[in-house]
Amino acid sequence: MKLFRQIGAVTAMNFRSLPQRVSTSLVVVIGIAGVVAVLVSVLAMSTGLIRTMENTGREDRAIVMRNGSVAETSSALDRNSARLIVDGAGIKRDANGEPIVTAETFRILMLQKKADDAEISAILRGVGPKMLQVRPELTIVEGRMFQPAVAEVIVGKSAHAQFKGLNVGDVVRSRGANWTVVGVFETGGDAHESALMTDAETLNSIDQRGAFQSVTALLESPSAFQAFKDSLSANPALAVDVVRERDYYRQQSKTMTTIISVIAYVVGGIMAVGAVFAALNTMYSAVSARLQEIATLRALGFGSTAMVMSVLAEALVLALIGGVIGALLAWAFFNGNTVSTLGGGGGLGQLVFELSVSPQLMVFGIVWACIIGLIGGLFPALRAARLPVAMALRAV
Amino acid sequence: MKYFGLVWAGLWRKKTRTVFTMVSIVIAFLLFGLLQGINQGFSTALARLDVDRLYVSARTGMTDGMPISYLSRIRNVPGVRAVSMWAYFGGYYQEARNPIPAFATDAVELMKVYKEIKIRPEYIEAMAKTRTGALVSEALAATHGWKVGDRVPIGTSIWTNKAGSNTWDFDIVGTFDASAYGAGFPSFYLNYSYFDEARQFGTGELHYYIVSLQDPKQAQRISREIDDMFANSSVETRTQTESALAQSQLKQFADINFIANAIVGAVLFTLLFLTANTMMQSVRERTSELAVLKTLGYSDTKVLILVMTESLLLCLFAAALGIALAALVFKSPALQKLFGDFSMPLFVAGIGAGIAVLVAFISGFPPAWRARQLNIVEALAGR
Repeated sequence: MKLFRQIGAVTAMNFRSLPQRVSTSLVVVIGIAGVVAVLVSVLAMSTGLIRTMENTGREDRAIVMRNGSVAETSSALDRNSARLIVDGAGIKRDANGEPIVTAETFRILMLQKKADDAEISAILRGVGPKMLQVRPELTIVEGRMFQPAVAEVIVGKSAHAQFKGLNVGDVVRSRGANWTVVGVFETGGDAHESALMTDAETLNSIDQRGAFQSVTALLESPSAFQAFKDSLSANPALAVDVVRERDYYRQQSKTMTTIISVIAYVVGGIMAVGAVFAALNTMYSAVSARLQEIATLRALGFGSTAMVMSVLAEALVLALIGGVIGALLAWAFFNGNTVSTLGGGGGLGQLVFELSVSPQLMVFGIVWACIIGLIGGLFPALRAARLPVAMALRAV
Repeated sequence: MKYFGLVWAGLWRKKTRTVFTMVSIVIAFLLFGLLQGINQGFSTALARLDVDRLYVSARTGMTDGMPISYLSRIRNVPGVRAVSMWAYFGGYYQEARNPIPAFATDAVELMKVYKEIKIRPEYIEAMAKTRTGALVSEALAATHGWKVGDRVPIGTSIWTNKAGSNTWDFDIVGTFDASAYGAGFPSFYLNYSYFDEARQFGTGELHYYIVSLQDPKQAQRISREIDDMFANSSVETRTQTESALAQSQLKQFADINFIANAIVGAVLFTLLFLTANTMMQSVRERTSELAVLKTLGYSDTKVLILVMTESLLLCLFAAALGIALAALVFKSPALQKLFGDFSMPLFVAGIGAGIAVLVAFISGFPPAWRARQLNIVEALAGR
């Protein structure tokens, strides 16, 4: 108990003298704020990407591709296969007793970003007639749905916001067709919002293709997945891979999130080392400014633990302030910002996503800050504790 | 110069503080060197790309095929030296998680277009003679333990051959070294003639014509000529120089420039406070010493210059160290593999030095001014 009182007393004393050391202390605060801001904003990219990808896909939907395909881009399913997949077990049926599936095909459209005119590739996805039943989350927010057999497309909300020439009424050129934009859709912030959609048969006939790329099926329940998969694997006429839709999209974003995380930790790590030295500097000078004071306290009978704790507490509080400032800066500047990168649909199309500075991420940044503060405070604290009292008093 | 000893001694007056400050500056410039180095590295790599090579793809996107019939027409455009092609095969070895960047091509022409590929002439000959032949990069052959003469099954999820299988067997007839073109260069080539004959669909289509020019200065004219030639035909084309193509592909990933600048900006801003604080502390501690100097006859300006020099020395020395460290990192084998032969661009080092000077001035000036204004009597009295 006595120890705690000592720690309390010394720490309070330290803080009261803090105003005299404002500029030195600011170095720690600003240094750590910088580290945390950079770390959190870079990581916000990967959280945003993961969030978008995890929103895409449901547990009770499965995507079927040709076996060996890592992504839809490299998959091809002929008509016959598509017909056989429809007969798989466990597919949910609609009021008329028909299985709820959509056989899809896609092509790449070259578009331009609004921000810098950079040319990017976007996905035009051809979907089956039951697409709305497969994806009930899709709602038209502007204009209307496309009609089959005419070159009409609807565009995702993110694509509409980020890419040029996608307003209702605009015409998008592709090989063999001029697509009229007739509507804008929303799918609850998932990867499809970066894409355009049209009727699969229309797209296939314009592109003179007979094959689809994937089939997405709505299952009776998430647990029906295994039965569905088994029934397709058991069919000797089919050579397909069946994946849960959510797993598929998670897999698609993996490379990109890994790259982003590596960048975040390498840059954040290097900056953190720099900040540790800045903190060391500050705390050493804080200790040396108070040599006399510390020695006097020690002579009065204050224990060395109390000294260590008080210095650590000061470092920690400074780090905490820096961490909070950094996290808030990242949040204020970047939360909700939209960026885009390659990653949608087999790594070929642009994927638009929002940076997400989540509370967890901010806490993580602050924890990182505290660690920097602790390391930076530890050695100066030990120095304060080890100080030979007599010598320190004489030195003054 | 005769004051160097004095400045040096002032700098090391408090060793721990100087060392810690220095380490922080070194780290900041290490980061600066790394990020801007990579950033510059990308742009110089792009600029270094051959301007005498053009890439022709379908206007509507590179995944749309173009007919093979364009080949002879492009070849006949005046100023064209050689034309080869790429048809995307998209293979994998043993399982889909081992992708093989395979392209169908015309090997003889390919070597004319990419002059820096190192390959033994007998391999090119063997490739021309063996229908099912394949040329692989030495690196890829080493990864999978392939040797010349091996027959390897390559799976593809796109192309079915006439036998109804999507596993194709190829005979490795030779290896090549294309390290001059970086890690992204396709490392597995099959014969287009064989591929086109054996595939079930997509016959007569390919994805890129690669055009080598006699005179790079003609690049613009020839690009236009090729595109005009196919305007209003079933597949319109788009012709780009190698660097324009690479640039647009890179941009699809991310605006690297922006990210690098933003991070470096944050780091340098932080740094400014750090050095400013160190210098301020150091001057404050030396108040009486500086007063003694003035008593000995040092003019106000001289004292100001002394302090500024100290700040400059600290920043420049640490910055040089940090950038040297970054240069060392670039020499590491892992990064060499990524960028090809890459070293710290002098331009970046120069900018780094400039920033160091700037930081030194901004952070050194307030304490230096304070030192200049010092009143001898008051300073010595400890007031």
